[in-house]
Order: sequence, then C-alpha cells, then structure tokens
Amino acid sequence: MTIRTTCRCILFIAMALGSVFAQNAGTSSGYPTPRDGFPPSEQRGHGLYLRYCVYCHGVFGDGNGDNAQFLDPRPRDFTAATFKCRSTPTGTLPLDSDLINTLLRGVEASNMPSWRPLSDENRQDLIAYIKTFSERWKTEKAGDPIKIPAETAVDIASIRHGAELFQKMECWKCHGQQGHGDGPSASTLTDSKDQPIHPYNFAAAENDGRFKCGVTNQDLYRIFMTGVDGTPMPSFADVIQPNDAWDLVHFLRTLQTNRRSPENSALKAAGGPSALKAPGDKPSASNPAPSNNGRPSAGGGR
Amino acid sequence: MRTKQMLAALLMLLICPGLMFAGTVSGKVTYTGTPAKPKPIDMSKEPSCAKEHATPVTTETVVTGANNALGNVVVYISTGAPDEGQVPPQAVTFEQKGCQYIPHVLTMHTGQELKVVNNDQTSHNIHPLAKTNREWNKSQPPGTPPISEKYDKEEFIPVKCNVHPWMHGYFAVLKTSHVDVSKDDGGFKLPNLPPGKYTITAWHESYGTKTADVTITGNETKDVNFSFTAKPY
Repeated sequence: MTIRTTCRCILFIAMALGSVFAQNAGTSSGYPTPRDGFPPSEQRGHGLYLRYCVYCHGVFGDGNGDNAQFLDPRPRDFTAATFKCRSTPTGTLPLDSDLINTLLRGVEASNMPSWRPLSDENRQDLIAYIKTFSERWKTEKAGDPIKIPAETAVDIASIRHGAELFQKMECWKCHGQQGHGDGPSASTLTDSKDQPIHPYNFAAAENDGRFKCGVTNQDLYRIFMTGVDGTPMPSFADVIQPNDAWDLVHFLRTLQTNRRSPENSALKAAGGPSALKAPGDKPSASNPAPSNNGRPSAGGGR
Repeated sequence: MRTKQMLAALLMLLICPGLMFAGTVSGKVTYTGTPAKPKPIDMSKEPSCAKEHATPVTTETVVTGANNALGNVVVYISTGAPDEGQVPPQAVTFEQKGCQYIPHVLTMHTGQELKVVNNDQTSHNIHPLAKTNREWNKSQPPGTPPISEKYDKEEFIPVKCNVHPWMHGYFAVLKTSHVDVSKDDGGFKLPNLPPGKYTITAWHESYGTKTADVTITGNETKDVNFSFTAKPY
C-alpha cells in the first residue's frame, strides 16, 4: 500500500467518523439541528424531517420552507404548537396519536400528503422531532380527548334537528346555506397568520366524503366539537349537547350531495330536501328562508 | 379624645399601612403627528347589530380626544408592582354587544377569571390569537352561558371574531392589577402605591410602548405623561 493510498484511507475513515459524530451532535447537514443529548428518536426524526418535511415546514419548523410561498394554505408552524386536527379541546395540545393520524391521512384540500408509506417508527420519530420546535411540549400536557357517545340512529327526525342546529349555530354564515363554503362571512375569513382561508365546501366532497381531519362520522363530530385550531372554525363543545351533535353530523352529511350515505338515503326516503322544511317556518333577516328546493337558500354571499 | 384618635391612626397603620402612605401616579397620554382617521364600519351584513347603533360605528384602533389626547392606552406598573402573584378573586368581563367588544381593551391579572358574554342576537366566535398563552377559538350563540377562561402568562392578545371581521379588541394580561386604560381625554390614574421605585409602561396597540421610572416616597401624587408618535395609516 502506497503512502498516497494510506493517506486516502485515513482521510476516508476520518470523514466517515466525522460524519457519524456530527450526526449525533446534530450538525451533519449544516442546518440548525437538535442539540447534543437529544434522544435517539428525535435524532432519527431530525433526519427524516430534513428529507421529507423541511421544504415546506422550514428549517426552524415555522412553516417558512422554500416551497411555502407557493402553497395555499401555508404549511403548519410547529413553533406555535397549534394543530388543526385533534381529539382534544380547543387550545390544548393534541395527543401523539392525533399527529400520527394526520401523517397517515394527510390533510384534505391542502398540500400535505399522506405519509402512509413511512414506517410506524418513522412517523413516531418525526412526531418526536417536531415537538422540539415548541417549549409548550415541555411545560404542558396534551388535553383530555373529548368524549364521543355512541352514534344515534340516522333518520329524518335526526337530520331535521341537525338542520335546525345548522341555522341556530349559524354555521351557514361561513359554510353557506347549502354548504358550498360561500356564506356571507366566507370571503373575509383569515387564519391565525392572517392568510385568507376558505370554509369547507361540503358539496364538493366526492363519494369518500373526506374532511380536513378525517372521513368518518366520528371524525366529523370531533371536528366541530374540538374546532380546527389556527383557523376561523371554532369549537362548539360548550354549546352543543352530545346527542344534538350527532343530529348535526347527520344533517351535514346530507350537504355532501354527491355521496352515497345512510343520511342521503334517509332524506330521499322522506321525500328529499323538502322534508327538512318544518311546518310554520318563518324567514327572518338573519335567518333567511329555505330555498325552493327545500334546503335553506344561500344567505348573503360574496 | 385625642388618645382615641391616635389609637385609631395606629390601628389603621397596622391594618393597612399601604393606605396611610399610598401614592398615586397619574397623567395624560398624548400623540404627536397625524393619526389615522377612524374608519366607518359597515354592519349591513349583520342587521341585528346594525340596528343597535343610532349613529355609524367607527374603528377603535386609534381613539383620540381634544388636545391630542390618546385613549385606549394600557398604563401599568411593569417593574416593582407590589401585588405580583395576588390574583383578584373577582372575574373581569368582556362583552359582545352591537357586534363590538366592550371594552375594546380589557386588562386582567394572570390567573384571573375572564368571562366572555354575548349580549347580541347573533352568534360570535371568540378567537383570542395568543402566542405566549394558548390560542383557543369558541363559538358563542346568543343566549348561551358566559365562556370562562384564564391566562397564565403576561401577553397582549389580539381578539377577533371571524364571523364579523370588523370586531377586534385586546386582552392585556399582566402580573399586576395596578393598571388603567387611558380615557378619551388621555387621562389615567394608578392609585394605592406604597413607597418604592416603579417602572410605568404605556402600551398602545398601534403605536407600541413607552416607559417611565418614578419613585413614590409617601402620600403623594406624581405626574407622568406619555407621548406617542402617531402613524397616518
């Protein structure tokens, strides 16, 4: 072995060792990284984050990655520790399982894809890492998940009561009377970063009926009871009783007109949308009259 | 008789010495330059609120009075407050009435109960955009009970209603109850201050903060005035 080859070998070994040490110290990429002493899960999550997440969520986890300027809605800012999809009350930290579910599912109507191809361990490591962006994770515990009672029967009485709640809670102010996301307040809505944001358009849902935070009736129940933090969608947990909430779920499902569902079947069997019109309904200025198809008309508008 | 008076004074001194030697800081907040003009608010999309106002409502981002007086400035003791950690037992109330926040700026002690009430005929969502504290967002239809919350950390928190985009206000969460909000004439008063050195801070939602140091030596009133540079936008 020549001296030159020996030198090359030494250099190669030094680089390899340096890389390993640097990775453990969290400095391998040149990006600001976890400090020494971070547990292995966070170190592994850091590597995954730099590979899959950094381009949108940014080096500092503040949602200002290189791609962020092209995205609508903007990527989540992990430094605020405010998360849209939770099983916990508004204002509280989510459970790890909530964040894992978001990774599995992706976020409908956004650029956040499903990360189902990653392994379970990868997802757990990523969650461990994104928690390093906010001190809240060190000083607060996750909230207690809201309790969801067994679903009540889907029938026209439930759907009709849900339609009344839709009016009473004034969901239509943002989502529009037919759930098209075109209520009178829709055009002025902004998220917590002052970015324009659009209410969910129920009618645009395909047959799978996906929402931002899930696809099942339980997910829908959870969405309006916990609220979608960081957006204009508030929590209704203090003002809607559990069984009433199921009625609202059943009505909201009928706004997904393209979807085959027990709710749409029950409505059709009862005579269609006109079955929602209760006898003696009187329109008012702030609560417009049902439209000619029996559904409440589109109130206000942009 | 004289002995009785002396005993009463001594008793008073023992029970509440702060009141015997309580100083006051008072003054006026003004501006220089040209402030933005209040803009009229169009509430036509919410008739139940619009009809509650005989005259057009304007924005409250900058409230001014005669002689360059500046209102809605939070003036408080930021250093030296004698009541840090003494959480008042009574709640403070933030009212939604006529699709406006009353008061526009609500002060509270850390840990003090905050009650949010809806006295309108329409639903509001109360969305305080806290950064240091927790951000939450709750719906409050008419006729529902007050929302009860509290904040643990000092912060000036913008509050908005997403449904009615003109509604915005502030929570001023402080570690003291020695606080006042300047009136339309710019006046403020911080009474019941025991002798000591204090830093007084004045905060305005558009114009930032100003501070002043003051020393209270006994039963006296110290004048402290603040002047902000107005922005024309």
